[in-house]
Amino acid sequence: MPRDPTLRRLGQALRTPVLAVMIGLAVLVIGLAAAGYPPLPALAALWRGALGTPDAVLSALLPRAIPLILIGLGIGLAFRAGAFNIGAEGQFYAGAIAATWVGLTLGAWPRLVAVPTVLLAGCAAGLAWAAVPALLRVRFGVLEVISTLLLNFVAEALVSWMVLGPLQESKHTYPQSDPLPLAARLPQLPGSRLHLGLAVALCLALALWLFGRRTLAGFQLRAVGLNPAAARVMGGVRPERFFAAALLISGAFAGLAGASEVSGTTFALFQNLSPGFGFTGIAVALLARLHPLGIVATGLLFAGLEAGAGAMQRDAGVPAVAVYVVEAVVILTIVLADPAARRTGVAAPNPAGR
Amino acid sequence: MPAPLLTLAAIRKRYGSTEALRGADFSLAHGEIHALLGENGAGKSTLMKIAFGLVQPDGGRILVDGAEVTIRNPLAARRLGIGMVHQHFMDIPVFTVAENIALAAGWPPGGRGLRDRVRRLAEEAGLPLDPDALAGELSAGLRQRLEVLKALAGEARILLLDEPTSVLPPSEADTFLGLVQRLRDRGVATILITHKLQEALAVADRITVLRAGVVVRTSAAGAERADTLATAMLGSAPGRPAGRIRAAAGDVVIGVYDLVIPAATGGGTGVRSASFQIRAGEVVGLAAVEGNGQRELLRALAGLVPPTHGTIQVTGPVSFIPEDRTSEGQVGEFSLTENLVLSQGRAAPWVRRGWLDWAAARRRAGELLERFDIRAPDPDVAAKLLSGGNQQRQIIANAMERRPRVLLAENPGRGLDLRATMEVYDRLRHAAADGAAVLVHLPDLDDLLEVADRILVLAGGELIPMPEGAPRDLIGRAMLGTSVVAAAG
Repeated sequence: MPRDPTLRRLGQALRTPVLAVMIGLAVLVIGLAAAGYPPLPALAALWRGALGTPDAVLSALLPRAIPLILIGLGIGLAFRAGAFNIGAEGQFYAGAIAATWVGLTLGAWPRLVAVPTVLLAGCAAGLAWAAVPALLRVRFGVLEVISTLLLNFVAEALVSWMVLGPLQESKHTYPQSDPLPLAARLPQLPGSRLHLGLAVALCLALALWLFGRRTLAGFQLRAVGLNPAAARVMGGVRPERFFAAALLISGAFAGLAGASEVSGTTFALFQNLSPGFGFTGIAVALLARLHPLGIVATGLLFAGLEAGAGAMQRDAGVPAVAVYVVEAVVILTIVLADPAARRTGVAAPNPAGR
Repeated sequence: MPAPLLTLAAIRKRYGSTEALRGADFSLAHGEIHALLGENGAGKSTLMKIAFGLVQPDGGRILVDGAEVTIRNPLAARRLGIGMVHQHFMDIPVFTVAENIALAAGWPPGGRGLRDRVRRLAEEAGLPLDPDALAGELSAGLRQRLEVLKALAGEARILLLDEPTSVLPPSEADTFLGLVQRLRDRGVATILITHKLQEALAVADRITVLRAGVVVRTSAAGAERADTLATAMLGSAPGRPAGRIRAAAGDVVIGVYDLVIPAATGGGTGVRSASFQIRAGEVVGLAAVEGNGQRELLRALAGLVPPTHGTIQVTGPVSFIPEDRTSEGQVGEFSLTENLVLSQGRAAPWVRRGWLDWAAARRRAGELLERFDIRAPDPDVAAKLLSGGNQQRQIIANAMERRPRVLLAENPGRGLDLRATMEVYDRLRHAAADGAAVLVHLPDLDDLLEVADRILVLAGGELIPMPEGAPRDLIGRAMLGTSVVAAAG
């Protein structure tokens, strides 16, 4: 809407996501009780693991949120343009490989130059990984849903080969890369695992929000997603360009997430680097109804659930996978509550602000 | 003399305030090809839909072999031996020929039995077709053949063909009509709906002409000539002269020379040759029967499809009002403000270096609400929530907001009631009075003559300019392609 969103609108926009999370937690409680775990201690452990201590927040929740937010932002942009990028997982790995490779060669560079180079290498690799489906779609009409999804497997195989081949650590013992030199590492908050990637993610969220809300191109992108024929005939835009650009940029975001994970958290490349960030990122974007600022919130929420899951397993003996039930229920609730999402598989753009 | 195979007696049908059929009588004899001719809106399709059970008549009787029947739905029609081929392909492209036929006929799918059954059907009908070919990979002619086989699969004795050649290129159309004649020899009686006089004269045994919902003429095809049929179709009422008082014509703002445009997907002729000029201040009507290139011509002028040959010189800004409001004219989910912003693009005053000033855009949208009498509570309402007339007012408002020097309108009255339609026509004339060149296509020739200063006819993709003040029947004949035939001998 042209005017700033009112509180009432904000309330309306938040109603469904909040309800979805409540239902998800309720299902978790019922499931725990039915499986014989006392629900209250389990939930308490979940809370402790996510928000209970400053350390939980700074070293578990926030670092975990960074890739989810970055990937979610990219997916939100792609879905808005009608490009169903299911390949963030693969683009994440492409970015992680490129960042590792570049990072390992930049040990002698000053950090101020090396770190941005590593991150940009991740962006470029993610973008290149998304360029294949974009080209296939625009030139040959191959559905991007399928091509992006299949390229995930290729990327995972590529990581396996890398950590056993060209990028394997010097002793050739473990299937992982050498640790990145200090110069290629994102600065961390002292005494925690929180790194500067969070600031990058927040800035990008703000930038995407302004792009969608205040720029003609962002607005035209939304028109392309809603009705490409009308965007072309009435708006004079070329839908396939917006479509391809959104897909490429979302690939760059996922690639950046992979680079920031390597450069800020793990400092090395290995198999299963991602616990499914690329897929949780879809949930993050959908729960936020593709709104960039909402994605920050839902990224934090899902990161909290996953951070808490570890504590739940440790302290209450509940398998960590239980939180994935919550995530699944949340998505189902969102999809059911939104008629537009039921039809297209994607939540409708948030009316409270683009 | 035996009773006719199919008799439609005094059929009446009303849609809202328009009477599509006002007591139409039609009969089909055993083993004949009976052409049903008429202009757009004469009621041909409605009559056939009634015979196939797709539409229920308000009055009249239907008899098959002399016995009165009620045809509640297409299934009932099939049981009576009536099959229909629709104007557009109704196959499932990823199914094979055999699977498509099984689906239509209700045969059990799969297996050798089905293939043999389909092969037998095709042979008996004299329409050979590979049962294992995918429908989507057939040529247009073979796809049409598949449609006929689907219609025949239920042991049909009566075949209804609704403009069957409109989706075919000319060479395939001739082949197809030959097949229809072969079917007659095998005892299938056919009703051929068409607006192509030559087609009717070439293959039909009898010809019935429908005009404004009543049958005006039924006769043996051998006794007919193209010009008498055209007169029957168009009516003998003296045509209103197309000329009218208008603003002095200005500069040439549309110049088209030797234009060739390929047909859009879905058939039709495309544009085969067109050269004309339009001056500022003129309202020019583009008269054409569906699928004769008008869609392609308007879209090429709007810069949406590239021509394969020839030159287009258009002085901008150009505004285009597409036929389909909801799929092309607006984004239904967008508010009126947002649709305005979309339609104005980069040149709008609320865009500065790519940044949007929504408050300014919303103010302007509010002004347009008043100026164009768009009934909406405010500019924030989603376009799809408005009535069709108000949606069209909004689209015209957005088109005029570009201050077009060229305004292209493709059937802008579609789906609107009479009052709203008249208002749209009025807006077009105002645009011309303000100095725009207006090129408008309307399916109804009378409406077009009402709006336009002069007429361009597109027939079979060839553009024929009509002299100013050309009478209605001359234009109608040109649309049907008879003037070309007369010239050829």
